[in-house]
Amino acid sequence: MKVLVCIKRVPDTGGGFRLTPDSKRVDTTNLGFAISPHEECAVEEAIRIIEKHGGSSTVLTLGPTAAQEQLREALAKGVSSAILLETEDYESWDAGAVAQAIAETVRSMGFDLLLFGNESADACNYQVGLRVAHLLDLPCVSGIKALEIQERRAIAKRDSPEGWEVYELSLPAVFTVKEGINVPRHPSLRGIMSAKKIPIEQKKPIRRDPQMARELLKKPQEGRQLEILGQGVEAVAKVATKLRELGAI
Amino acid sequence: MIFVLLETANQRLTEPSLETLTAARDLALKLGDATEALLIGSGVRALAPTLKGLQSVSVVEDTRLTGYVPEAFAKIAAEAIQKKRPNTVLAPGTEVGNDWLARVAVRLDLGLAAGCTGFSVENGALKSVTRTNWGGSLLEEIEILSNPKLLTLQPHAVSAQPLTGGEPTVETVTVTLDERDFRVRMKELVRKEKKGLSLTEAKVVVGGGRGLGNAEAFKLLEELAGLLNNAAVGATRVATSNNWRPHSDQIGQTGTQIAPDLYIAVGISGAIQHMVGCKNSKKILAVNKDSEAPIFQRADYGVIGDLHQILPALIAEIKKLKGA
Ligand SMILES: Cc1cc2nc3c(=O)[nH]c(=O)nc-3n(C[C@H](O)[C@H](O)[C@H](O)COP(=O)(O)OP(=O)(O)OC[C@H]3O[C@@H](n4cnc5c(N)ncnc54)[C@H](O)[C@@H]3O)c2cc1C
Ligand SMILES: Nc1ncnc2c1ncn2[C@@H]1O[C@H](COP(=O)(O)O)[C@@H](O)[C@H]1O
Repeated sequence: MKVLVCIKRVPDTGGGFRLTPDSKRVDTTNLGFAISPHEECAVEEAIRIIEKHGGSSTVLTLGPTAAQEQLREALAKGVSSAILLETEDYESWDAGAVAQAIAETVRSMGFDLLLFGNESADACNYQVGLRVAHLLDLPCVSGIKALEIQERRAIAKRDSPEGWEVYELSLPAVFTVKEGINVPRHPSLRGIMSAKKIPIEQKKPIRRDPQMARELLKKPQEGRQLEILGQGVEAVAKVATKLRELGAI
Repeated sequence: MIFVLLETANQRLTEPSLETLTAARDLALKLGDATEALLIGSGVRALAPTLKGLQSVSVVEDTRLTGYVPEAFAKIAAEAIQKKRPNTVLAPGTEVGNDWLARVAVRLDLGLAAGCTGFSVENGALKSVTRTNWGGSLLEEIEILSNPKLLTLQPHAVSAQPLTGGEPTVETVTVTLDERDFRVRMKELVRKEKKGLSLTEAKVVVGGGRGLGNAEAFKLLEELAGLLNNAAVGATRVATSNNWRPHSDQIGQTGTQIAPDLYIAVGISGAIQHMVGCKNSKKILAVNKDSEAPIFQRADYGVIGDLHQILPALIAEIKKLKGA
């Protein structure tokens, strides 16, 4: 079993966004970076599948040199190898360009299972995994929250308001996963140490002509007026009155 | 021409499809253009004449196309687009719509803007679109350079208006589908047992975060919710990734989006990815011991203090009120 997981480096923004003066991007000064949640679950799923069925897992990102940090995190958790498609201005790559670079890189690598996030945390394009699947002529189910491998088949489930939609694909296949499919592990100290010794394969991807061009980013309007009801237990009478006023009691 | 890909459920148009038709008609008016649509399924033909004001509706009736069959739907839509040459293609930004149009985009090698909330028209042409980033906590204005322009419409971005005008011409389209077009298809639907009020149905949601400290403390939230009308318990990602609550309780960008009358956020800092899941709540009440917590900039009511003291006291107070 050979499993590929594609992840993206995104800023961990916490309390709010600051934009750069030209409003073209998120100002990441003083921010940490992370693997976004859906992809963290994709990494966990890959590790569990290899633990159960044997084989190897590979993590891939198209991003800046600094994205080695996210690749190392995946390696520390138990992924076997890593590929960096190195480009500093990765944020200006549209989904079609990212998909093409990934498809070209992995086309002849013989993966049985390719895992993506359902959508990237920042761009939310909902498409890189589906595009890669088509470029490699592989079947794909998006947005899955359960996956089971049996022989050369994959049974995947999507969570819909009506119930669990069950899909069955023969491998090789592509899936885009959603957070909730598992609870990702934390890397162990030993994992972190041994990950340092794994070389990261680096390549320079070629960007095809863009089909999308960002003009600017802006914040949606927020407008709430805060009323402090009080401090500590002294506030509860006022809170209860407010709950009644709002029809909650 | 603006071409709309319609999503149906049980032979009816879904609400997001109706919203997409409204947005398409609105855009067509600004562009001085015609609107056409594509309907695929089994037993959907009767819907076509109800799409008033559209010039034409292409219908693909096939008993094998009950429900969403991804590759077949993508093939049919891509062929229709090649034949009809629209300048804009619009689909609902739902799970089905986003999946469908992404498959169309790669087949035709086109750009796709998912989750659009607005359009900017200049000199009678669609210049750029506004779309959601970060699950809606940021907006992006973006130009689509390829043609036709493919977009999906963020659900709730516009409200659906009744369709008015003349009846459309109905075109029956026949397509040849082979086995490959069915290699991805739902095998079965396993219905879930319904327990209690879901987060999206509840009128009041009580959410807990890291401040709760452990799974045990969520009993306080359960008890509070039990005393309130139509209330359910939710959580932050910190609570779900610590296994204090199941992921289905998570509110936020990668969890559930809620819109209750009241959201009570307890021991939650107010991170942007959490707030994007509850920003449509009519009122937000926050309980946090840190008066500087970002949640207080995004709430209507605030209580500053230790939740482990405030919640038991509040529960006692409500019991007293209810007993009286
Ligand atoms: C791409 C992405 C997607 C994400 N998606 C989601 C999502 O869907 N949902 C989500 O929730 N998060 C999401 N997150 C994580 C998010 O950024 C925050 O890390 C998370 O919401 C913080 O949870 P919290 O408020 O429980 O914890 P913290 O941020 O640690 O806040 C805990 C708060 O509790 C208060 N507190 C502590 N003790 C007490 C006490 N005794 N009494 C009263 N108050 C107390 C503290 O003052 C603090 O404000 C996402 C992150 C990323 C990068
Ligand atoms: N720069 C990238 N490098 C590697 N994988 C990516 C990149 N961008 C997106 N992906 C993958 O594609 C998924 C969907 O992204 P998107 O189509 O941008 O919403 C993400 O969850 C990742 O798994």
